[in-house]
Amino acid sequence: MPAPLTENSGRPAVSVLAAADREDVPSHAINLSALPQAQKRLSLDREKPCIEVHGLNLYYAEKQALKNVDMLLPEKRVTAFIGPSGCGKSTLLRCFNRMNDLIDDVRTEGEISLHGQSIVGKEVNVSELRRRVGIVFQKPNPFPKSIYENVAYGLRIQGVNDRRTLDAVVEKSLRNAALWEEVKDRLDDNALGLSGGQAQRLVIARAIAIEPEVVLLDEPCSALDPISTLKIEELIYELKDSYTIIIVTHNMQQAARVSDYTAYMYLGELIEFKDTNTLFTNPSQKMTEDYITGRYG
Amino acid sequence: MTRNLKEWIDAGGPYIWLNAGAVSVSVIMVAGLLLLIAVHGLGHFWPGPIAGFSYTDENGAVEHVLGEFADREIVPRARLGQADPRIRAEQELVERRLIKTGNRDFLGIDFRWVLGAGMGNVTFPTDVMAVERREWGNLYGYLVAVKRAGKSLVNDTDPWPVLRRQIEETGAVFDTIRHVERDLIGAANYRMERLRLEERGLELNHVDDAQKRARIHGERTGLKVEYERHTGRLVELYARLNEATYVIRLADGSEHELPIAKIVRAYRPNEMPLPGKLGFYALKLWEFMADEPREANTEGGIFPAIFGTVLMVMIMAVLVTPFGVMAAVYLREYAKQGTLTRLIRIAVNNLAGVPSVVYGMFGLGFFVYFLGGSIDAAFFAESLPAPTFGTPGLLWASLTLALLTVPVVIVSTEEGLTRVPRAIREGSLALGATKAETLWRTVLPMTASAMMTGLILAVARAAGEVAPLMLVGVVKLAPSLALDGNAPFLHLDRKFMHLGFHIYDVGFQSPNVEAARPLVYASALLLVFIVVVLNLTAIRIRNRLRQKYRAAEQN
Repeated sequence: MPAPLTENSGRPAVSVLAAADREDVPSHAINLSALPQAQKRLSLDREKPCIEVHGLNLYYAEKQALKNVDMLLPEKRVTAFIGPSGCGKSTLLRCFNRMNDLIDDVRTEGEISLHGQSIVGKEVNVSELRRRVGIVFQKPNPFPKSIYENVAYGLRIQGVNDRRTLDAVVEKSLRNAALWEEVKDRLDDNALGLSGGQAQRLVIARAIAIEPEVVLLDEPCSALDPISTLKIEELIYELKDSYTIIIVTHNMQQAARVSDYTAYMYLGELIEFKDTNTLFTNPSQKMTEDYITGRYG
Repeated sequence: MTRNLKEWIDAGGPYIWLNAGAVSVSVIMVAGLLLLIAVHGLGHFWPGPIAGFSYTDENGAVEHVLGEFADREIVPRARLGQADPRIRAEQELVERRLIKTGNRDFLGIDFRWVLGAGMGNVTFPTDVMAVERREWGNLYGYLVAVKRAGKSLVNDTDPWPVLRRQIEETGAVFDTIRHVERDLIGAANYRMERLRLEERGLELNHVDDAQKRARIHGERTGLKVEYERHTGRLVELYARLNEATYVIRLADGSEHELPIAKIVRAYRPNEMPLPGKLGFYALKLWEFMADEPREANTEGGIFPAIFGTVLMVMIMAVLVTPFGVMAAVYLREYAKQGTLTRLIRIAVNNLAGVPSVVYGMFGLGFFVYFLGGSIDAAFFAESLPAPTFGTPGLLWASLTLALLTVPVVIVSTEEGLTRVPRAIREGSLALGATKAETLWRTVLPMTASAMMTGLILAVARAAGEVAPLMLVGVVKLAPSLALDGNAPFLHLDRKFMHLGFHIYDVGFQSPNVEAARPLVYASALLLVFIVVVLNLTAIRIRNRLRQKYRAAEQN
């Protein structure tokens, strides 16, 4: 059986990962004793809301993908969405910066607001919204440009072309994404030459270069090896002081390790949403419990 | 044995052999074609030996013949018609040879067939010379004397070096004359024409500006003085040119005095050493590519045709790329995908299959007469009724070919656009870029190699196209290039020469078929060469672009 962990403060991600990689543990079952103690006293009631969702329904043509979702996402915290495949967690995430607009035949009902400002409806400037709500996808998608230009892309779009400003932002973003040391000597190399993990950190650097308020992470580690995963998780831990982070993950250990709050979704419905520790140790719904203990495939 | 055979069949052996066979047949056919063209075309420039022999014709008359052997045939005796005393009765097959005798001005024809049986001993006299002339083709004979203003320049010495020196001198004078005629007088004429048009423009607009009139008048007087000066110089130069003459003895023994000014070059191939022949060959080859045609395109070079082909293809490329790319971007990125876009796509694909001469008709009707006519009426009214753009020309030819090739650019650009991964587009949009910014900054650069592929196909097709060009701008002989020193330098309204049409014209419309035949092959080889060079350039650019974006496309 997994060895109990004693150190629960500081940087929990490192130690939890060791347990998670053990083969005798079912891949999505959680080692409860590994949960960080520091998060136990979190409560949604005391948080400042960043994104508010009310009565959200979403349809792909005739098929309903989200059913009457209501939730308040707290500011400067990490919120994880978990649930089986096809439960609508990515769809919900993509509602927050209107990426679903790119798909034909998508219809949404209900209200989403960012800091009290509605972000649904035709009159919303979608480009502006996406500058405030950045997203990182499952597969790293660097542009076929230099590393430098990848990070500077968002600023150049906004019309910033001053070399000094760009230099400063590129360095700061790469440092924040923990990539600076690895790439500082080859900023002009094509970003396609980076490894998967580096590319994913580059994409995160690219997203935070334009200083969004919210960073959406759509299964950011599912295409990465454990070491890269570890680095990304550390990065999330670092970033949560400055950004509201929402992460979709299939990996429950990851949700437990990195998030302050966790939402469990099933078939388009939000089943349970509370602080991570409570959700994993004391879920109020039977469905949640079944899922996190591995009884649900 | 049968088991082995079965295994061989099961392993796909026959298919591999079939495929390999198909590939080899294609390669052999292409190589054979190129070899055939090369052998026929490139041999033409080699200074062949001049043979001299006595020839007995069917009536028993004997004459002396000088000339180059051009061809040899074995024919059945019956083909020759009536009984011939030179052929023995039991002989079934007879040999006959084609001789290039030159001397068209004296003999009427410059090629003739002679019967092998009537030929005496063939010798290759070293002092026989071939004279390449500006008119009337080659002349073969023996040099007798060189004269200037009626006085002989040769005193008992060998006249050959004297002739060569005189040819060089007259050649230099000839070049000066050409420079004066074409560059100086040509420019004066061009400016004179501009003045006339300006005056006519004033007249048409009912402007009575004494100042402008005075200026035009002044300039015209100046030009007239300049023109007089040039023509005066020309008269002087021509007089100098026509002073020098040479006397040549032909095969039949008659002597003729002819002007040296008409000689391009004279050479004695029979005494020429191999390095000399090689040098001669290189010179002729260079002349072929760099000079203007003479004698209804059957002599001289084909530079204007090369220039016209390349320029036309380049203008076409400049026109077709933005047009095709914009159409593809709209179709793929902006238009709502449905029945209408599908119909448009089908139409575009079918457009590529329309016979090219139909495009020529369209170009003539729409571009030349309608568009060109309207442009003339609006902007070039002063030169009417002589049309400026309302007549076939370089611009319309390029536009017609652009229209002809736009489908391939559209299709390949669209394919390139679909190959750009969705993730890249989403990545750009997620950073707050609008759709247009995403297209400009990310998607289109990634499509560049596909656009180049389209352009390569377009160039390959356009460079080889002849039929539509005959209707919209190509001529047998263009008086001036479309690019010259007179402002605005690029004259899109001018007619131009084209290699493809040149081949057709020389091959099928030439009065002197035998003389033209090697040039047809040489021009064809050059056309193939130019298409290959244009394509290789485009392919190189594309490969560099592709290298840059390859990894992204694999995602």
